[in-house]
Amino acid sequence: MTRASALPLSLWLPLCLAGCTGEMSQQPRYDSYEPSALFADGKSLQAPPEGTIARDDPDQTRALATRPPMTLALLERGRERFGIYCTPCHDEAGYGRGTVPARGFPSPPSFHTKRLRQAPASHFVDVITKGHGVMYSYADRVDASDRWAIAAYIRALQLSQNAPLAAAPADERSKLAGRAP
Amino acid sequence: MSQIFTASADTRLRTVLLAIFFALIAGGLFAGGYMDSSYATLVGWVQNQPVPFSHEHHVGGLGIDCRYCHTTVETSKHAGLPATHICMTCHSQLWTGAPMLAPVRESLASGKPIAWQRVARLPDYVYFDHAIHIARGVPCVSCHGRVDKMPLMARAVALQMQFCLGCHRNPAAALHPPDQVTRMDWSDWNKHPETHKLYGQLMVKTYGIEPAKLDDCNICHR
Ligand code: HEC
Ligand code: HEC
Ligand code: HEC
Ligand code: HEC
Ligand code: HEC
Ligand code: HEC
Repeated sequence: MTRASALPLSLWLPLCLAGCTGEMSQQPRYDSYEPSALFADGKSLQAPPEGTIARDDPDQTRALATRPPMTLALLERGRERFGIYCTPCHDEAGYGRGTVPARGFPSPPSFHTKRLRQAPASHFVDVITKGHGVMYSYADRVDASDRWAIAAYIRALQLSQNAPLAAAPADERSKLAGRAP
Repeated sequence: MSQIFTASADTRLRTVLLAIFFALIAGGLFAGGYMDSSYATLVGWVQNQPVPFSHEHHVGGLGIDCRYCHTTVETSKHAGLPATHICMTCHSQLWTGAPMLAPVRESLASGKPIAWQRVARLPDYVYFDHAIHIARGVPCVSCHGRVDKMPLMARAVALQMQFCLGCHRNPAAALHPPDQVTRMDWSDWNKHPETHKLYGQLMVKTYGIEPAKLDDCNICHR
């Protein structure tokens, strides 16, 4: 191309910018949540048909059936998940005085009762899986291994509020000795 | 033979050329200003939502963690908007008759999702992934602002390329403990720039982040 013919051509280039709008920003594909005219319910994100078994369902069922060994990592995971999904109602310590009951939601029971202290860990896993009374199921948000982690953390919470003096280290015990009942 | 051009033609031609020149500059300045204006970047604008959902109330007031509703933010590209029954875990008992929440109840009854108007969006030619940012401890607040102070959701930062690049070229300063990503107020963290500079540098090494590669075009345009 000669210089003489390049000049008029390059003058047309800015006009091509007009083409740089819709096509690339809104490409002909569906993003998650985008509405779709193809389906009767208007969603591009279709729900799987009734009775579908997810590929990881057997794993989940297995994880639900077997209690994982107690480890520090499990407890820490449990603390994090408990903080996200349970504290709004059950509060950090598990007494059931969260911010949501304070606004009128029915108060959940305290975890520090004889009945719940004696309940097996699987009871907590069951409550998360199936819900309990007015409390909805959290199965869609807390997967099977996390349910055991939360149950483990609730156990730790229960111990924290009901530990015998003998379980404390010696120096703590001597500090508390003056005040213990 | 008579003259084709009058004596003033030359002046007129110059004036027109000059006018075109200034028009181009003004046009450029206008376009540049427009691109950075809140009108184009949508910073600070709220959308007309079907339900006036308040993050200020739910996050700031009630202290609910982002992940209670945006459930997939740690595991997928998308943070996800909450399904209707997530609202119902509380609103099945609270504000059950409020007209404000009528669309939520309707959605639950009919199975039709609530049509939220999107606030934070990128053009389709940009690839973005939440999970990696959350795993590395880039807090929500650095891209979405003080959500806990927003009665209605608005875009807090311009999601322009320069914003992404600014951090990708110097990620150390942006790294925080991953177990606190949803925390909104980092003022006490920012009070100790020296200690936390070291934290950032250390974590860049630990995670094996290579800032030199993080601004490659194909990271975000693929
Ligand atoms: C929206 C508030 C709310 C949230 C969030 C919530 N719960 Fe509950 N929970 C309740 C209420 C209310 C009850 C009492 C239900 C009833 O008796 O009808 C309850 C009861 C329970 C019980 C007692 C069951 C029994 O045997 O009495 C357990 C255990 C429990 N919840 C665990 C959890 C765990 C674990 C989480 C987090 C994954 C959680 N809850 C999240 C409100 C909530
Ligand atoms: C963990 C419990 C919880 C969840 C989940 C929840 N809300 Fe709320 N919401 C509340 C409480 C509590 C109030 C009342 C606040 C008050 O009284 O100050 C409220 C109030 C509201 C109000 C009234 C206006 C206002 O802000 O005070 C609207 C609208 C609302 N919620 C919409 C929603 C929507 C939409 C969802 C689902 C995305 C949702 N909420 C999920 C607990 C919840
Ligand atoms: C009680 C549920 C709930 C909680 C908790 C919550 N959100 Fe949201 N969020 C929503 C709903 C519903 C929408 C859609 C309506 C809107 O844009 O306000 C939304 C929208 C958003 C959007 C805009 C998305 C878009 O493109 O339209 C961002 C960003 C966001 N949330 C960030 C956060 C962050 C960060 C937190 C934690 C600090 C948080 N949210 C906590 C329910 C919640
Ligand atoms: C590095 C920046 C960055 C961080 C950190 C970040 N986001 Fe986002 N977020 C974005 C961008 C960019 C979009 C728009 C994505 C798109 O349109 O593809 C977005 C979109 C969203 C949306 C809209 C729905 C969706 O899935 O696209 C929600 C909700 C959201 N973010 C919540 C959060 C929450 C909660 C956190 C913290 C746990 C968070 N974000 C952290 C940049 C970020
Ligand atoms: C506040 C800091 C920050 C901001 C802002 C930010 N990022 Fe990132 N981004 C990171 C970090 C840190 C990583 C992790 C790099 C690693 O682990 O190698 C990352 C990784 C990514 C990756 C994955 C890279 C890979 O190798 O898979 C993509 C894609 C990405 N960012 C896109 C974006 C886009 C698009 C934006 C702008 C909307 C953005 N980021 C804004 C800090 C940021
Ligand atoms: C960290 C992520 C990231 C990287 C790396 C990146 N971009 Fe972008 N780019 C973006 C985002 C986000 C936008 C959308 C800007 C907007 O919507 O305003 C964009 C937009 C663009 C556009 C459209 C024009 C504009 O600015 O709006 C071009 C052209 C572009 N990028 C080229 C490049 C090239 C060339 C490179 C490599 C040198 C590159 N990008 C690297 C995130 C990135």
